[in-house]
Amino acid sequence: MAAGDMRPVAAVDGRGSLLAVVALCVRYLPVLIMLAVWELVGRSGLVSQQMLPGIGAIAAAFLDLLQSGELVVNAWRSLSRAATGLGLAVLVGMTVGLLMATRPLVRTLINPLVRILYPMPKSALIPLVMIWFGLGDVSKIFLIFLGCLLPVIVSAYNGARGVNPFIVWSATSLGASKEQVLREIILPAALPDILAGCRTALAFSFILMVSSEFVIAKDGLGFLIGSLGDGGNYPAMFAVILTVAGTGFVADRLFGSFVSHRLRWKEQA
Amino acid sequence: MTADFGIKIEGVSHAYRGAQGQNAAGTLALKQTDLLIHHHEFHALLGPSGCGKSTLLYLIGGFIPVHTGSISTQKGPVTAPGPDRSIVFQNFALFPWKTVLENVMYGLQKKGLPEAECRDIAQAHIKLVQLSGFEQAYPSQLSGGMQQRAAIARTLAVDPDILLMDEPFGALDAQTRRVMQEELRMIWKRRPKTVVFVTHDVHEAVFLADRISIMSARPGRIEHQIDTGLGPERDESTLTDRRFVELGEQIWRLVREQAVLASRGGL
Repeated sequence: MAAGDMRPVAAVDGRGSLLAVVALCVRYLPVLIMLAVWELVGRSGLVSQQMLPGIGAIAAAFLDLLQSGELVVNAWRSLSRAATGLGLAVLVGMTVGLLMATRPLVRTLINPLVRILYPMPKSALIPLVMIWFGLGDVSKIFLIFLGCLLPVIVSAYNGARGVNPFIVWSATSLGASKEQVLREIILPAALPDILAGCRTALAFSFILMVSSEFVIAKDGLGFLIGSLGDGGNYPAMFAVILTVAGTGFVADRLFGSFVSHRLRWKEQA
Repeated sequence: MTADFGIKIEGVSHAYRGAQGQNAAGTLALKQTDLLIHHHEFHALLGPSGCGKSTLLYLIGGFIPVHTGSISTQKGPVTAPGPDRSIVFQNFALFPWKTVLENVMYGLQKKGLPEAECRDIAQAHIKLVQLSGFEQAYPSQLSGGMQQRAAIARTLAVDPDILLMDEPFGALDAQTRRVMQEELRMIWKRRPKTVVFVTHDVHEAVFLADRISIMSARPGRIEHQIDTGLGPERDESTLTDRRFVELGEQIWRLVREQAVLASRGGL
């Protein structure tokens, strides 16, 4: 994730937009430096070109993969799995987290499970899930769902527990029922925490997408990385790895701007 | 007179449960409290910090269950919060994700009124508290005084029989506070309601209220009841009225006694 706390300069006029471009360059300067070092290390012969292909070779391999359609097809397969798993995790996790916060019985039943399962690496379940659900989409979606579920549950639970009780009292004294309080008051009040949890889950979904496809898949970006690596085609492998990183970055940025739009009420005048 | 009561409080005690490991009995916040508040009376509850005046207000609101004694209104015994007894808190407790208009409309929507009617009533109350032009603002964009006005509009909009106010101006600066007191008194004159106003500010209580109950140090009880007898009109001139000044001093002495007791109480 890039330095998110640097505010972009407002593009008011011509000079403003020039400033914005400069600010953008400064912001991503570390990335440019890294690419330059990468290229230099490769050319200096410290590491063989075979192990660390040059930027040019990777770009060429990227264009090849793009033209053959291989990249797009596999990216689509991967992203649709990640989106399905993440989407289910957000729906279920939000519901479970809110119910845990507001219903003591649900909390008593589920809290210990959450505490035990949260720190466990979900990738450790890959072999087991493969036996349960086979090699199809279900096994990957299940793993992504599982990995994303816990951060969403925990953030929804903590967010709902932290809601100012006077807001809840106000709502009940204005005539809201228990169910309306949960849906109309606690959910939106906990939304900043929930969305922060979803952002963590988004990153987890990419990690689990690639690692599960690595082991159990016949397509997808993780599978592509694995098979290109096995075949010794390192420029193409790097091209896919960078595609995953770039897609993850774009997804995170998009989610970030969705969050700031959704939470615009938090802005100070 | 009894048929015309606003709120009847009889033999109410309340203890907060002690933290784990502490004495199981907990802290006694209210002890055998009796109080009759008249219909459409502006009643102030005055007392030192921690005397249980907010507890009494929350019990009337139905936010805390009444275990000992009883509290009733014209609608019967209080068992749960309801829109007949709406409350304004010290820290406003507006819904921060809703605009001013949406905040004020919330209680009206809960009444099941049609959307257009909700909007009209909400607009009228926003105008009443002089927030016109800020309908689409979020609470975070408003000053403390404006937020409190929005909270008052939200509470008044549902037209409660009983208006509960928990140190509503406590978080405001002195000037805003003075303006809000005058406005509240004016609004109450136009739309009479039974008001229970909790404060620890003696002059605020005398300026606003028809009657003042002074509570004892913890465990709280109603120690004195005083009729202000200042008449319905309250404005700048009230502040220099001889009766206002004398009452202020008299009540200040009574409250001070309780505050000294509280500090000696070793609680």
